[in-house]
Amino acid sequence: MNALSLLGRYFGASMRSQMQYPASAMMLTLAQLASTAIEIVSIWALFDRFGAVKGWAFGEVMFFYALIGISFSFADFLTRGFDVFGSDFVRTGAFDRLLLRPRSAALQLVGHDFRISRFGRFFQASIILAIATGTLGFVWTPQAILLALWTIAGGVAFFGALFVLQAVMAFWTVESLEAVNALTYGGVYAGQFPISFYARWFRTFLIFIVPLACVSYFPVLAILGRSDPLGAPDWFLPLAPAAGFLFLALAFLAWRFGVSKYTSTGS
Amino acid sequence: MPQILVQDLAKTYRVAERDPGMLGAVRGLVRRRWRTVEALKDVSFSLERGELLGFIGPNGAGKSTTIKILSGILRPDGGRVEIEGLVPYADRIKHVARIGVVFGQRTQLWWDLPVIDGFDLLRDIYRVDPQRYKATRDELVAMLRLEKLLDQPVRQLSLGQRMRAEIAAALLHEPSILFLDEPTIGLDAPSKLAVREFVKKLNQERGVTVLLTTHDMHDIEALAQRVIVIGHGQVLADSPFETLRANVLAERRLFVDFAGDAPALDLPGAEVRNRDGRSLELAFDPRVTSAPALIAAITARHAVEDIHVEQPAIEEVIAKFYDLHGANEA
Repeated sequence: MNALSLLGRYFGASMRSQMQYPASAMMLTLAQLASTAIEIVSIWALFDRFGAVKGWAFGEVMFFYALIGISFSFADFLTRGFDVFGSDFVRTGAFDRLLLRPRSAALQLVGHDFRISRFGRFFQASIILAIATGTLGFVWTPQAILLALWTIAGGVAFFGALFVLQAVMAFWTVESLEAVNALTYGGVYAGQFPISFYARWFRTFLIFIVPLACVSYFPVLAILGRSDPLGAPDWFLPLAPAAGFLFLALAFLAWRFGVSKYTSTGS
Repeated sequence: MPQILVQDLAKTYRVAERDPGMLGAVRGLVRRRWRTVEALKDVSFSLERGELLGFIGPNGAGKSTTIKILSGILRPDGGRVEIEGLVPYADRIKHVARIGVVFGQRTQLWWDLPVIDGFDLLRDIYRVDPQRYKATRDELVAMLRLEKLLDQPVRQLSLGQRMRAEIAAALLHEPSILFLDEPTIGLDAPSKLAVREFVKKLNQERGVTVLLTTHDMHDIEALAQRVIVIGHGQVLADSPFETLRANVLAERRLFVDFAGDAPALDLPGAEVRNRDGRSLELAFDPRVTSAPALIAAITARHAVEDIHVEQPAIEEVIAKFYDLHGANEA
């Protein structure tokens, strides 16, 4: 059985085990929806008070917010195994079990768990996207739809990479994972606004080090048909999400290094 | 060519030392001090197809390190392992498809899924042909009496039931080698017997090679034809258990219940170990005197109600062996 159909089997198994407690899955989903809904209220309050901020209207910021939220929810859905890798696999020794099976450890970690509750954020972000579309009177041309899907794919790769890197750190320490959590959850928050809101050093960080801007700010400009007020060339904007995939590839290189370190030290 | 060949295996761990307290934790982040632990110094042995080997030793002796290396999840620092022509840690994915591993203390099934669903997932993970899988599964289910458990979520099983399911899970892909790491730990007596009986059958009827680690010496007594004792990262003994017994603690015990109070006895080659009212426990060396000779000498002079001979319990033999080799828990 090839890797993709195996993931399908894992997916089915994960759904069945969560459906052992259907009420719990439902409540968790609603809780995610509600807790993320509060975020957008606080952003609305900001814009309601000041009107446009640095030349950005609330409707446009909702666009950034929605796409990054959708990307994050998918990544969180697909890479849960990496998220809990330190606590549930390294610390308990369960990682040995994965290595004892004739499949790549990464594949088994993706298949480890698919959390239904992550759709709470997905639904909330989709509603915001609908509202943003209405507010801006935005027209979804086929080109815009393709670009949005490409942006989301890049974003999923980007956040997936952060979860993988978090797991890599667990090979060295299971104590300092909070640092990476700051990047994942902080990343979602930072990506909710156009980066022209931020100081120059932080923009540089978000473009070149942890390329969050490449999976939100630049491509969303392209979707909205705006030029970059910071001066990035127009041709670059729709290509930027590729950086998410590059980031993911680098994260997997680090992952492989971590696994080989694990198999040579046994801890 | 043996099925499993292990030569001069060596493995050293580097362990970070940390000072106690908050300050120590912070200091540990900046500058770490390392201590090296020699888990394996020089371990060599080989195993033919169809053997059943008991692998014993005190905690920290190097058992689990060896098992980890043989199962391909740990890379040794020195030496060589070849199993069915493969180097386990160099060819992990190919190698693990041919072995089955059961950890007594960890589950490989899915906690919230019915047993049968976990089996099906393993079929897909191991790429087992569906026809073949069905036959193997049904056979294992019958042998391990799992029929009534198949539809229950794993979390609802008792430890004994779960262990039977775990063993089946490890064999669905028909491995030619089975590693059992403390398979009877925590089990009640009937479950232990069921596990032992199954392992024996698997080894004798299917010719599956079994490598068993345990602290339960009854497992060894019931199963292992051959025993390797490991201590301080070295092989201390590699022989049939009876040879080990003869070398370490050959003595036998004679328990006598007299009709009256136990008399004073002076018999060559035997000494009194215990005296309790009418009962007497004697230890004797079978190489010096025999049980019939002793019994004849005693019954000739005293009225005896009951008499029986025992060998020292296997635990005692092993404890003595560890003691002789200074191999008690590191």
